[in-house]
Amino acid sequence: MAKIIVVTSGKGGVGKTTSSAAIGAGLALRGHKTVVIDFDVGLRNLDMIMGCERRVVFDFINVIQGDAKLKQALIKDRRNDNLWVLPTSQTRDKDALTQEGVETVLNELREDFDYIICDSPAGIERGAHLAMYYADEAVVVTNPEVSSVRDSDRVLGLLNSKTSRAEKTGAEPVQAHLLLTRYDQGRVAKGEMMKVEDILEILSIPLLGIIPESTTVLKASNVGMPVVFDDKSQAAKAYEDAVSRLIGEQLEIQLQPVERPGFFQRLLGRTA
Amino acid sequence: MRLFGFTFRAPRTDATADMAKERLQILLAHERVDRSNAELLPILQREILEVVKRHMKVDSKTVDIKLERGDDISSLEINVELPGARQLQAARGAALSA
Repeated sequence: MAKIIVVTSGKGGVGKTTSSAAIGAGLALRGHKTVVIDFDVGLRNLDMIMGCERRVVFDFINVIQGDAKLKQALIKDRRNDNLWVLPTSQTRDKDALTQEGVETVLNELREDFDYIICDSPAGIERGAHLAMYYADEAVVVTNPEVSSVRDSDRVLGLLNSKTSRAEKTGAEPVQAHLLLTRYDQGRVAKGEMMKVEDILEILSIPLLGIIPESTTVLKASNVGMPVVFDDKSQAAKAYEDAVSRLIGEQLEIQLQPVERPGFFQRLLGRTA
Repeated sequence: MRLFGFTFRAPRTDATADMAKERLQILLAHERVDRSNAELLPILQREILEVVKRHMKVDSKTVDIKLERGDDISSLEINVELPGARQLQAARGAALSA
C-alpha cells in the first residue's frame, strides 16, 4: 500500500518544489516506485524542476475531468525508472481540483506506487488543502526565518484539523516532519539566524533534515535535475539523509562545518 | 577599517536570532489559542453591546474593543462611548416638545 506524503509550508519560495523533486528522486534511487504530483494548478513548476516540461501532454486536471487516462498523464523520468511525475494544468485554476477527483486519482496511484509525493502550492487555500487532505505523512518545509516558521505553525494546525486523518475518528494523525532548508551555519554561528534547536523548540515536530544554503540548488533547477542526482553536493547529501529518515532509518543529523575563506581569498577580499 | 582585504572591527553583538525566537514564541502561543476561537472579538463586541444597551442608550458604533498580547500579561480593553450631558438634554427636549 502506497504512502501519501505531502510537501507543504504555507509560505511560498521556501523550497517545496525543490524538496518534492529531491525527495521523490531520492526514494526512486532507493528502488521505491515513486510519483510526484504537482498540486499548484495554474502555476505549474514541478515539471521544470524535474526536467520534463517538454513532455507534458495531459495533466492532473485532464485526468480529474475524465479527458485523459491516468497512464496518459504520467511522465516517466528519463534518469530513473522508478520516478514518475504527474504534472498539473498551467491554464486552469485551483477550482478545477475537486475532492472526489483527487481521491479517485490517489486511489488509482496507490495500486501502482510505493510513495506518492504531493507537492503543495503555497498558501492555505483549496490547492494546499487538497494536497494535504489525504496525506499519511507531511514534510513541512521551513526556512530559519520568522514568517516561514509562523506559517509552518499554521500549517501544522491545519494538518491536525483539516485532513482526512484528522476528521476520521480513531485514525492516526498525519505524521509531520520538519525539513529545514536554506540553513546557513555561518550566519547561525554569528547569531544572525535562528538555530535548528530554536525552530525545533518552537514547532515541536521531529526533524527530517537540514538542507544547507547551497549554490547547487539553483544550478540543479537551471538544468531541470532533482538535487539528489548531483551526488557530490552537500545539499544532495542532506536530501539523501532526509530520505533515509523518511523511510524509517535512524540517522544522526550532521551539520556541515562552516567554510572559512582561505588566506588568499581573504586577501583578495572575496566573500563567496 | 579595511587593510589588504582584512577587516578590523569589534565583533558583532547584534544577535538578532534570539529576538526572532522570542517574538515567535510569544506570537505563536497566542495564535495557537486563537485558532480555536477565531471569531472571539466580534462575538465579544456584539454581546457586550447587548448587555450595555439593556441599561443605557448607546450606539453600536461607539463600542471599541482591543486585545493586546504581551509576554507576561495580555489585556482586553473595552471602550464604550456614552452620550454626554448636552446630547442627553437635547434628546430630552425633543421628547418633551413631541
